[in-house]
Amino acid sequence: YCLSGHPTLPCNVLKFKSTTIMLDCGLDMTSTLNFLPLPLVQSPRLSNLPGWSLKDGNAFLDKELKECSGHVFVDSVPEFCLPETELIDLSTVDVILISNYHCMMALPYITEHTGFTGTVYATEPTVQIGRLLMEELVNFIERVPKAQSASLWKNKDIQRLLPSPLKDAVEVSTWRRCYTMQEVNSALSKIQLVGYSQKIELFGAVQVTPLSSGYALGSSNWIIQSHYEKVSYVSGSSLLTTHPQPMDQASLKNSDVLVLTGLTQIPTANPDGMVGEFCSNLALTVRNGGNVLVPCYPSGVIYDLLECLYQYIDSAGLSSVPLYFISPVANSSLEFSQIFAEWLCHNKQSKVYLPEPPFPHAELIQTNKLKHYPSIHGDFSNDFRQPCVVFTGHPSLRFGDVVHFMELWGKSSLNTVIFTEPDFSYLEALAPYQPLAMKCIYCPIDTRLNFIQVSKLLKEVQPLHVVCPEQYTQPPPAQSHRMDLMIDCQPPAMSYRRAEVLALPFKRRYEKIEIMPELADSLVPMEIKPGISLATVSAVLHTKDNKHLGPSPQPETLPPTSGKKRKRVSDDVPDCKVLKPLLSGSIPVEQFVQTLEKHGFSDIKVEDTAKGHIVLLQEAETLIQIEEDSTHIICDNDEMLRVRLRDLVLKFLQKF
Amino acid sequence: MDLECSRLLPALCAVLVDPRQPVADDTCLEKLLDWFKTVTEGESSLLLLQEHPCLVELLSHVLKLQDLSPGVLSFSLRLAGIFAAQENCFQYLQQGELLPELFGETGPLGQAAWAVPTVRSGWIQGLRSLAQHPSALHFLADHGAVDTIFSLQGDSSLFVASAASQLLVHILALSMRGGAEEQPCLQGDDWPTCAQKIMGHVEESLCSTATPKVTQALNVLTTTFGRCQSPWTEALWVRLSARVACLIERDPIPAAHSLVDLLLCVARSPVFGSSNGNLWEMVAQALSCLGPTHVGPLALGILKLEHCPQALRTQAFQVLLQPLACVLKATVQAPGPPGLLLRAKGTRAVAITPGLLDGMADDAMTVDALLASKSSCAGLLCRTLAHLEELQPLPQRPSPWPQVPLLGAAVTVLRLCDGSATPVSSVGGHLCRTLAGCVRVQRAALDFLGMLSQGTSPQELVMQVLAVLLECLESPGSSPTVLKKAFQATFRWLLSSPKTPSCSGLGPHIPQFLRELFLVLQKRLCSPCWEVRDSALEFLTQLSRHWGGEADFSCALLASEVPELAWQLLQDPESYVRASAVTATGQLSSRGLHAPTSPQHAVARQSLLRELLRILSTDSEGFPRRAVMQVFTEWLRDGHADMARDTEQFVATVLQLASQDLDWEVRVQGLELALVFLGQTLGPPRTHCPYAVALPEAAPARPLTEALRALCHVRLFDFAFRALFDCDRPVAQKSCDLLLFLRDKIASYNSLGEANPNTNSVEVSPWRRWAGEQTQPQEDQEPEAVLAMLRSLDLEGLQSTLAESSDHVEKSPQSLLQDMLATGGFLQGDEADCY
Repeated sequence: YCLSGHPTLPCNVLKFKSTTIMLDCGLDMTSTLNFLPLPLVQSPRLSNLPGWSLKDGNAFLDKELKECSGHVFVDSVPEFCLPETELIDLSTVDVILISNYHCMMALPYITEHTGFTGTVYATEPTVQIGRLLMEELVNFIERVPKAQSASLWKNKDIQRLLPSPLKDAVEVSTWRRCYTMQEVNSALSKIQLVGYSQKIELFGAVQVTPLSSGYALGSSNWIIQSHYEKVSYVSGSSLLTTHPQPMDQASLKNSDVLVLTGLTQIPTANPDGMVGEFCSNLALTVRNGGNVLVPCYPSGVIYDLLECLYQYIDSAGLSSVPLYFISPVANSSLEFSQIFAEWLCHNKQSKVYLPEPPFPHAELIQTNKLKHYPSIHGDFSNDFRQPCVVFTGHPSLRFGDVVHFMELWGKSSLNTVIFTEPDFSYLEALAPYQPLAMKCIYCPIDTRLNFIQVSKLLKEVQPLHVVCPEQYTQPPPAQSHRMDLMIDCQPPAMSYRRAEVLALPFKRRYEKIEIMPELADSLVPMEIKPGISLATVSAVLHTKDNKHLGPSPQPETLPPTSGKKRKRVSDDVPDCKVLKPLLSGSIPVEQFVQTLEKHGFSDIKVEDTAKGHIVLLQEAETLIQIEEDSTHIICDNDEMLRVRLRDLVLKFLQKF
Repeated sequence: MDLECSRLLPALCAVLVDPRQPVADDTCLEKLLDWFKTVTEGESSLLLLQEHPCLVELLSHVLKLQDLSPGVLSFSLRLAGIFAAQENCFQYLQQGELLPELFGETGPLGQAAWAVPTVRSGWIQGLRSLAQHPSALHFLADHGAVDTIFSLQGDSSLFVASAASQLLVHILALSMRGGAEEQPCLQGDDWPTCAQKIMGHVEESLCSTATPKVTQALNVLTTTFGRCQSPWTEALWVRLSARVACLIERDPIPAAHSLVDLLLCVARSPVFGSSNGNLWEMVAQALSCLGPTHVGPLALGILKLEHCPQALRTQAFQVLLQPLACVLKATVQAPGPPGLLLRAKGTRAVAITPGLLDGMADDAMTVDALLASKSSCAGLLCRTLAHLEELQPLPQRPSPWPQVPLLGAAVTVLRLCDGSATPVSSVGGHLCRTLAGCVRVQRAALDFLGMLSQGTSPQELVMQVLAVLLECLESPGSSPTVLKKAFQATFRWLLSSPKTPSCSGLGPHIPQFLRELFLVLQKRLCSPCWEVRDSALEFLTQLSRHWGGEADFSCALLASEVPELAWQLLQDPESYVRASAVTATGQLSSRGLHAPTSPQHAVARQSLLRELLRILSTDSEGFPRRAVMQVFTEWLRDGHADMARDTEQFVATVLQLASQDLDWEVRVQGLELALVFLGQTLGPPRTHCPYAVALPEAAPARPLTEALRALCHVRLFDFAFRALFDCDRPVAQKSCDLLLFLRDKIASYNSLGEANPNTNSVEVSPWRRWAGEQTQPQEDQEPEAVLAMLRSLDLEGLQSTLAESSDHVEKSPQSLLQDMLATGGFLQGDEADCY
C-alpha cells in the first residue's frame, strides 16, 4: 500500500504473513511552498502584498491569497500533505519501522489520529535527531502565531480557478497544520529503540532487522523475513564515506523482494563537486564583504559541511569569518552528534578512543569560530558580526530564522544564499522573495544512492524482484533523454504510486513446523530417491503465536475434552480416520501386463494415451487407466475383480 | 683484457662452478656477460680461450655438475654462444665436443634443469649469439635445434617464447644470407634446407586452428619483415600471402592483433614496390572484416604510410571515423534548432565532405562495440580520438581534413559525457546512458578538441567550442583531471583564436570570453581541492605569459579578483599550490598585472618581493622555494622594477638565502641567478658556436675592478666557491661552469687591455676554507684575492671529474670481478667494498 507520492519521503504499508507493517512515515513538506513565509520580525513588504483577485475582478479570495512577483501564495499557517489515510485502515497497522530521521516527520499524525495501537521501531539517533527536527518545526511555526487560517481556496470549485501551482496541488483537503509538542511527545513515546542487526520477532510470524544504511546517523534499511521469504526495504542509503557507519550491503542478499526508495533527488550532481562549489562560492562572497546564508536542517549534511569548512577556511584565509548556526535545537544537535560514537564511521569511532570529539565542529566552537544560538533574538544580536556565514532553517524558506535573513540580506548583491538541501526546489523556495538582488547558488548535496550505485548494488545483492516508486522507472521529466537516470534491472522493477496497492510477486509455499523429540523418534524415513527420504507424520498441529508445533504422535491419547462447552474450531481435535498408506513409484506397463496374464487375464490390449497408458481387459470389460499421478480401475460393479486388480497394481508400488 | 682481470679470472671460474659458494646475483652475471661481449669485440675469442683455459674448463665443468644453480648454467650457455660467434673459436669449441654437449640433446635440454625458464632462455640466447656463420647453421641442423626452437615458441614463459621466435627469424635470415639472397626464387624451391624447414613450419602454423600457433607464425613473419629488407623477403611474402589472406576470411579472424602488425609491417617495408596490389587488396579486406578494436590501429597505420593507393586511404579514414560517425548519427538532428547551431553546422559540413562522415552506413560491428558495455564503448572512443589526434599533425594526413565534423563530434562526445546531448535514436539513448559522467572519455575528447585548435575553423564554431569549454570549466561535476585537460584545451584554442586587425592581438569575441573565463577561474582558485587550485594557477601563468601585454587581457584580468586570489594562495597549505602561486604572481608582477591600482593593492604590490623572500627563507617545502628562485632569476633577467631599484642588494639577499638552502635544486637555481648577474655585470656569455660570425667584443659595461667589486659585494664568490665543493654533484658542476665563464670573461677583459691586477703581492688564503662548513658571514673579499684563487683552481680538471658518474670507479670490470669473488669469500682480508 503506497501512502506517499514522494519517493524520498516514503510511507508504505506491507502486509506480510498476517502482519501489517508500515515502512517509514515521511511527511511531504513541499506543500508549504504554496504559503507565504512566516516572518519572525514584522515585515512591511510581506504584510502589504496585494490580495489576489480573479480575472473578472472578483476579489472574494483577497484575504486568503496574496500576489507577489506574479506568484500567488496562501496567506495562512503553512500546512503539510499527509500520507494517504483512506487506502487502508491505519488502526490495523501492527508496527511502524523508521529508516531515518527525515522519514518520521508524519509520525504524530499517524500515531495520534488514526487509532494506531502498535509499536514503532527506530534506532536511538533516529529518534533523538527526529525529535530535534520535530521540535524545531513546531517551534518555528508556533512562535509566529497567525490569526488567520485559510480554507476557502481549498474548495474544489474554487481551486480550479486558481493559477498554477495552486490549481494543481493534490489532495489539498487533507492538508493539515503542524502538530503540537504534546503530540510529538506522545508519538515518540510509542517508539521502541533498536540496534543494528538486532532481530525483532513480530508475533512469531516474521522477524525484522535494521541494517546500517550509511546515509545519516542511525539510518537503517530493514529486512523483513519469515523462514522462507525475505523482503528487504532499502530507504535512504549511501555508499559515500561521510560521517555515518557504512552501509551494510551483504545482509541484503538473497531477497525475494527488494523495496527501493529514497534514492538521491539530484542524480546528476556529484556531492564532492557540490561541496567544492559550496566552498568556492562561500569564499568568493565573504572575500567581497558579503554574507552567506545556508538554509538547512539542523542535522545531517550540516555536520559534513562544517567539517569541510573546518579544513577549508584556514586554507582560504577565512579563519576570521564567523560561522553562525541558528536553530532552537542547534546546541542539542551539535552535542548529540558527538555522543553517538557507535553509530559513526570507523574513522570517527576511533577518535573517541583517543579521546577526541569525533566531529571537528567541537574545535570550531572552542575556538569561537562557530557560534550557535536558539534564535536571532537574544545573544545573537549582540554577537552578530558581518561578513559572516549563517546556517539556519527551514530549507523551504517559509518559516524559521532563515525568513529574517532573506528579508535582511536579499537586497544586496554582495550576499549569497547557498542551497544545500535537496528537498525543495530553490526557485519555488525563492518565489515570495522576488525581486531578489542577492546571489543564489544551488549546490544540492544529496549523498543518497544514485542510479549507477543502484545498479551496482542490485548486481551485488541480486534480489529476485525490485519494487520501487514509479518515479524511478522512467527518466526525470526535465531530462527525458537521460536513460541512465532510471533503474535498470532484470526483471524490470515493479512500480507503485500514491494510493496504489501492489501485490508483491512471491508465493508463500512452505511453512516451518517444529517437531517434538518424541515425535521425531517415532519417524522412520524411507529413501525414495538417492538423497531424499520420506516419512509420513500423523500428528495434531498446534499453532500459537504463528508458531506451529507437532507435539503428539498419538492423537487419541490426548486428554478427552469436555463436550459441553462450545469451543473454538481451532481447538477441536480432528477426527482421526484409519490412515491409508501413501504410495509411490511407477508401474512398468509391460511387466504389469505379464503379471495380469500370469493371473489368468487374457485378451489384454494396451493403448498409449497422452498422459500414460490404458490397459484394456476386453474379456472382463474392464479398463485400467495408468497415468503419472493416478491409476483408475474402471469395471462394472465387480468389486471382487477391482480389488484383485488393485492388489496387482499395488505390488508395483512402494507403500509407507 | 687487462692483467689484473686475467689474474682474477681463474678464481672467479672456480667460484662459479663451486656449488657450495653462494651464487652471485643475476645482475653480476649479466654485467660479466656484457664485459665478455666487449672483450670479444676487441680481440679474438680463440686467443682469449687459449690464454685462459679456465674458461673452457668452466664450460665443460658446468655440464658435469648436477646441483649447479640454473643462473650459472644459463650464464655458461650464453657465454659459450658469445665465444662461438667467431667461426674459428666455434671450430675450436667444436673440436672439444663442447658445443654439442651444451646445446645438443645430451646437454641441459634433457636434464631436470631444463624446467627452469632461465636455463631455456640461456640456451636460446646462447644459440642466438652463436648463429653468425654458415658452420653454425650446419651445427643447428645436425643437432635438431630448430625443432626445439619450434616447440619453445609456445613456451609457458613469455620471455622464452618471444626469444624463440626472434631466434627463428635470425636463423632464417642467416640461412638466406648464405643461400638465395642474390637471386630469390619466388617458389622458394631452391631455398636452403634450414629456411625451407622454418618456412614449412610457419606455413603449417598459419593454417592451424589454434590461435596461439597462428600468433606465433604471424609474429615470426612480422619480425622478419621488420628486420630484413632483402629481396628474398618479397619472395617470402609471395609464398605466404595466400595463407595470410585465408586468415582474413576466417570468422572470427584469429590473432587479429598480430595480423594487423604483420600487414602494417609488410606495407611499410621498402622491399615491396607500390605496385603490390595483392597486399592492398588484403588490407582492404582486413579493413572491412576486422572488429573495431583491431581495425583502428590498422587504419591509422595505413594512413601514416607515405605511399598507398588513394582508395585504400579513403577506406581507412572512413573506418577510423566510424565510431565518431555513429555518435554523430545517434545525436544529430538534421535541421538543428537555433540552440544547436554547432550540431546543425556539423551536419551541413558533413554534407560537403562526402564519403567521410555522411552517407556512411552504420557499421554493425562498431555499433555493437559501442553498445556492448561501458568499458568497450569508452575504450573504442578513447582509442579513436587518440588515433585521430596522432594523425592530425602529420603531413600525410587525409586531405581535405574534416575539421568541422570532427569538431562537431568532439563537442557531441563532451555533451554526451556531461549529459546534455539530445539523442535522436535508441543508439543515442544508450550512448547517453553509457557515457554520462565518463571521465576517461571526457579527458580524451578534451585532448582531441585541444588538438583540433590547430586547424582553421569558422569563427562561430570557435565560439561554440569556447562555450563548451567554459561549461566544462564551470560545471561542479568536472573532476580535477578533467578540469586540467579543459584548461589545456582552452589555452590551445585561445592561442589559435583568429586575430583581426581591428582588435588588439585577440579575436573580437575573446574579451567577453575572458571576462567569463576569469569568473570561472576565480571560483576554481577557491576550490577546496588542491589539484584544482594548482591547475587553475598554472593556467593563469600560461595566460599571462602569452597575453600579459594585451590591453584587453589585462583589462579583463584586473577587473576580476583573480590577481588577489593568486596572491592569497601564496599561503596555501599545499606546497604544490604555493609553488604555482609563486610562479603565477611572479609572472603577473613582471607584467605589471599584480593587482589593481588602488592604494590597498599598492601595498600588496610592493610587498610581493618581501613575501617571496619570506617564502624562500621560511617555507618548509622545497617546491615553493624553487619556484621563488625561478621567479627571481626571471625578474633579474627581465629587469623587474621591484628589484631594479637596488639590484645588488637584491642579489646579495637572494644568494645568501639560496646558499643556505637544504634543497640542492634551490642552490643550483641560485647559481643560475648568479650567472645572470655575472652576465649583466660583465657582459653576456660568448657564443660557443664555431660557425657564428665573430662579433667584435663590445666594450664592457664597466671596468673590471669595479665589476669584480660588485660581485664581491653580493658575496657571489663566497657562494660559488662553497658550491664548488657541494655534496650534490649538480651544484658543484653548475658552480664549476659559472667560475669557468667568469675566468673566460676576465681573460677577455685582459685581452682588451685592461690592467691586470697584480696578484703576486696578495697573500692567497687557503681556498680550501670554502669547502669547510662556514656559515658565518665574512667580510667582503678583495677582488685580487678572488682572482688569484680563480687562477689557482684546476677548474677543467674539476669539471671532468664531476662529469664522471659517481660510480665510475665501481663500474670497472676489475671491480666487478673483485665483487663477485668477495661474495664468494675468496678475497678474505681484502677490504674492497664497493657499497
